[in-house]
Amino acid sequence: MTDQPDTYSAVAEVAYKRVRRSRWNRMKLGLSKAPPTAWFGMIVILLYIFCALFAPVLAPYGEAEIFPEAFATWSPEFIFGTDQIGRDILSRMIYGARNTVSIAVATTALAFLIGGTLGLAAAINMGWLDQLLSRLVDVLMAIPSLIFALVLLSIFGSTVTNLILIIAVLDSTRVFRLTRAVSLNVVVMDYVEAARLRGEGLGWIMRREILPNILPPLIAEFGLRFCFVFLTIAALSFLGVGIQPPTADWGSMVRENASLIMFAQYDIKAGLTPLLPAGAIALLTVAVNFVVDWFLQKTSGLRDEQ
Amino acid sequence: MHPVIKTVLGRLAMGVLTLFAVSLIIFSSMELLPGDFGQAVLGQKALPETVAAFRRELGLDQPAIVRYGQWVAAVLQGDLGTSFSGRNASGVDRSREVVDLVLPRLRNTLFLASIAALIAVPLSLLLGVSTALYRNTFYDRSVNMATLTTISFPEFFVAYLLILFLASLYPVFPSLANVDADTLFGERLYRAALPALTLTLVIVAHMMRMTRAAIINLLASPYIQMARLSGASPAEVILKHALPNAWAPIATVIAFNLAYLVVGVVVVEVVFVYPGIGQLMVDAVSMRDIPVVQGCALIFAVTYILLNLIADIIGIVTNPRLLHPR
Repeated sequence: MTDQPDTYSAVAEVAYKRVRRSRWNRMKLGLSKAPPTAWFGMIVILLYIFCALFAPVLAPYGEAEIFPEAFATWSPEFIFGTDQIGRDILSRMIYGARNTVSIAVATTALAFLIGGTLGLAAAINMGWLDQLLSRLVDVLMAIPSLIFALVLLSIFGSTVTNLILIIAVLDSTRVFRLTRAVSLNVVVMDYVEAARLRGEGLGWIMRREILPNILPPLIAEFGLRFCFVFLTIAALSFLGVGIQPPTADWGSMVRENASLIMFAQYDIKAGLTPLLPAGAIALLTVAVNFVVDWFLQKTSGLRDEQ
Repeated sequence: MHPVIKTVLGRLAMGVLTLFAVSLIIFSSMELLPGDFGQAVLGQKALPETVAAFRRELGLDQPAIVRYGQWVAAVLQGDLGTSFSGRNASGVDRSREVVDLVLPRLRNTLFLASIAALIAVPLSLLLGVSTALYRNTFYDRSVNMATLTTISFPEFFVAYLLILFLASLYPVFPSLANVDADTLFGERLYRAALPALTLTLVIVAHMMRMTRAAIINLLASPYIQMARLSGASPAEVILKHALPNAWAPIATVIAFNLAYLVVGVVVVEVVFVYPGIGQLMVDAVSMRDIPVVQGCALIFAVTYILLNLIADIIGIVTNPRLLHPR
């Protein structure tokens, strides 16, 4: 605006070249406009990532290191006390960030790989493949996923690999639906037709023509899906059929220390101990939700008024 | 044929197909077991003859298709098979019928779920409609913020927060919801208060947000604006113009959340040690007691499918465009 001359000149207008801001500049601008909730969310997420990456450095003790005193109270030595067999709660919380979060991220990524690829293929094919996959997904979604996961875990047993595979397959159904729905609008575009006539293969059309155009809703869905996956895994671990001990995991930590809550009358700190891992789970999901909310508003102009 | 009947029949057929597919999946969970599971159930000391007898009892010497037929016939007559637990290597069978295990617990679960639904449904409809009508006010923003936070909480976090405040620090309600068949109604209500409250909090958040979105979507449509511009009073706009089209989304929202309730009870029952079907299922999963898992899964899945079916049918039969075809 400032480099426009005061008086109008046709030559100046023609000569004026609109310079697009660099990617970095645009990102900075977007970030400076982010609401405080989004900032809060991003800072929390970064903190979690930091904890997960540097867990061995940050944690005062080992993940499964056992001390003689079980259920120790909060003290300078054990900041949040110890659990039922004498493991330091703080250390397990920090290692939990690594285990719980990375398993959830891996599961979500796998779900997107399966659901996204099949969804794109179904949208491009639109024939028997689409019919087959859509009906299959209808059936899979007719059973509540927690119940389905419980049945499958009872057959295959609770190992981390099984957990990741089962939850990823069950959650890929929702990714499939979304990918198929949003890419249906894109496959009818002329440039996709042009690419097809040019003789590009299925892989090229999926990756280079359609994927860039459906990315924003998929990224937002990645955040939301991560929350669901994270909560499902936490619930399963809490129920004792998810991540198995001695791996430090927030869901099972809640269950192991739950009995402490009844001592809150005598020592409020003891009562708070089982709430720490549960709170860690809740805080991360809240943070991700805040960021996704902001991202959705920014990219799609999706607002629930009007 | 009237279009409403046609659509309803189509939806019913779809529901039956889904039930068939679900029954196939649940049945095949027995098929997917590793070959030596008879040994695993009966113990290492079991003689080969005992294992063979056990496999014969389960019908594993017959082709899968015959067994599927027998299984479905038995389930339709209310026979869910026999639990794996209680069997041992000597061949003495102290196992119990799955139906006997499931039925009393199913009653408890239904009691808990219906209390939660009775409170949650009216409350969330009220909150959803009022926030939609007064949207972008302080009231709307604070309710929205509160529900977004509640949705992000795992159920057990809400449950333990309630226990901390209402059972531990200020002992108003018991933290263990141990009821049995002889517990009187009032006592039962008192003991189930905390689990019911947890479930209510969790589903009110979901339901309220979905109702709000559905109503806002509706109020933004051109025909509502037309009605407003033609001078209809606000009450008339809502009751005569908006509501007929709102039944379908509202029914969907309620059914979706009742179905969600079905799943939510699993975690909440475990937290409060409430003797319901969810806890039974979790125990069966960790002991890999497949017949019990199958029975519970079947009940959960059928409830879920039926609720969604009912919601769709309500949506179809209240749809003004289908009711008054041109």
